Amino acid sequence: MSDPRTAELSNVSTTVLGADEIILNMGPQHPSTHGVLRVKLKLDGERVVDSECIIGYLHRGVEKIAEHRSYQQFAPYVDRMDYVAAVSNGLGYCEAVEKLLSTEAPIRARVVRTILAELQRIASHLLWLGTHALDIGALTPVFYCFREREEILKIFEKYCGARLTTHAFRIGGLQYETYDGFEQDVKRFCDDFTHRIDEYETLLTENRIWVGRTKGVGILSAADAIALGVTGPVLRASGVKWDLRKAMPYAAYDQYQFEIPTRETGDTYDRYVVRMEEMRQSRRICLQAIENIPAGPIMARIGKVLKPPPGEVYHSIEAPKGELGYYIVSDGTTQPYRVRVRPPSFINLQAFDKMARGSLVADVVAIIGTIDIVLGEVDR
Amino acid sequence: MANDPSEKDPTSKPPASGAEEKPVAPKPVEPPQAAPPAANPPKSPDAPAPKPNVPSAASPTAPAAPVTAAVKPPAAPAGAAPKAAAPPAKEAAPKPLPLDNELVQKLKARFGDAIGEATLDRKQAIVTIGAEQLREISRYCRDEEKFDMLVDLTAVDWPKREKRFDLILILYSFAKNERVRLKAHAGENEPVPSVCEIWPAANWLERECYDMFGIVFEGHPKLTRILMPDEWQGYPLRKDYDILKQDTDWVRENLGIESGQ
Repeated sequence: MSDPRTAELSNVSTTVLGADEIILNMGPQHPSTHGVLRVKLKLDGERVVDSECIIGYLHRGVEKIAEHRSYQQFAPYVDRMDYVAAVSNGLGYCEAVEKLLSTEAPIRARVVRTILAELQRIASHLLWLGTHALDIGALTPVFYCFREREEILKIFEKYCGARLTTHAFRIGGLQYETYDGFEQDVKRFCDDFTHRIDEYETLLTENRIWVGRTKGVGILSAADAIALGVTGPVLRASGVKWDLRKAMPYAAYDQYQFEIPTRETGDTYDRYVVRMEEMRQSRRICLQAIENIPAGPIMARIGKVLKPPPGEVYHSIEAPKGELGYYIVSDGTTQPYRVRVRPPSFINLQAFDKMARGSLVADVVAIIGTIDIVLGEVDR
Repeated sequence: MANDPSEKDPTSKPPASGAEEKPVAPKPVEPPQAAPPAANPPKSPDAPAPKPNVPSAASPTAPAAPVTAAVKPPAAPAGAAPKAAAPPAKEAAPKPLPLDNELVQKLKARFGDAIGEATLDRKQAIVTIGAEQLREISRYCRDEEKFDMLVDLTAVDWPKREKRFDLILILYSFAKNERVRLKAHAGENEPVPSVCEIWPAANWLERECYDMFGIVFEGHPKLTRILMPDEWQGYPLRKDYDILKQDTDWVRENLGIESGQ
């Protein structure tokens, strides 16, 4: 790996520019690294010739904590990983433990989970869109995005009392029934939201500056994406039509119609288009789901003390950022023997080097934004 | 898309067999358990239809599962009676089943003794392999069996075992839409081959594994700590590393405090 790079590098530095490379540190305290990410860049003039991500500033030892908590006690912790998509984290964890117990949440619970998870996907994508655009220099979208995100957070708050780290689900189903007017709230949001996305698109999609800053920036080919284990919108923008909601459906996704948006080039612009379309599809799922939330219990009968039989299980869901997996080993006691989280941000961030190499230093900001990382999840 | 029933189908079965077994043991948890079977019927009707599309790891075993499920209930009352004395009979519910599908047969034919036990735990395929052949087996899985994505690489510490670590590789095949889990045992001071050159995704994952467990990956381009500070002593996710333990020297030196607790 190092040979071709150094060869190329020495070529560039002596023949083209005749200048030495410099090392530039970005972060850990940098507004556009979305948290505490430190990126070490080796620059040749304006070009990035090498990069290294230094992570771990937010490491809290979540996996270690899991081994010292009961299955239920650990559930709130998972919300603190990808804290802008807490509902999705909780969904993955609860379903993984349910699988370990060889049980399943009742259908009503699964439908409500689907609705909340899709709203969370929209909220997460909105936060991404606002901050990503802000990083690149478009100041306006962030205000609009947060306005709509607020509506979603209000629904969460009405449902379970919390806005960010919701702990909305319980192992085996839901703790709370939906409140009166839940369907209407979701419907009102969805009806309104379709115009809102159009609004964002007027601001950005054909905006010359936006297109100039994102088209052809940070290209990741499908082969590279797969080799690097990249999942989620980043993978789909590279042309791989793969979404866990379709490939291995969970919750109640098999009941709803939706498309998997893909693009071909795999550049920053494509990832933008894919995520915009994903929001529309999420909205579509929500609208279908609230039409008919089946009646029935919201909690499976699993008992109060969870002692999954010894064994192991891997369960993953399509979180807003990619494949979020939980690998849980049980030794038959009330505490998990091992919980491994497969964080999409951590693995997607690994592709940063591939995307950034050869680009301009100003594009690094766009590339960090386009991967859509949350450092709480990268470092756990 | 068609595979979802395969995911659901399995989950619907174990509770059925489990529910039949449970009444045997007088546990306060049972009465609720009567509910799951009632919840199952709606699922099972749509399950059988798309069965042919079950991932091939599961398909050969899919026929096996119903058989064992059918066999179990009669066997369970007999087997659960003695068990009820010591541990709760619950434990007996989903036993890992032996797995012998096309993939396992091919692997065995090619790598012989390096392929150990293959099981199906909660409908998920697990193949135990010898750590020495990890790289060859991985390459074979990627190139011949089309497991083109390394989903995750991690480890589990079992300090009482002779070889304390289980190295876990979760592979995914886009072509077959199935996952397989490779499991290799590794001793404390036994380097294992790195699979970075097969799946570049392994780079950070192996670094994290080294960081947390101290497993050394031979052939890794840059095996350094990734989440913990570089100078940190000790491997936090090992079972003998207490949750309150820390590298006090590092904390004193770098944070200027006596203890982080």
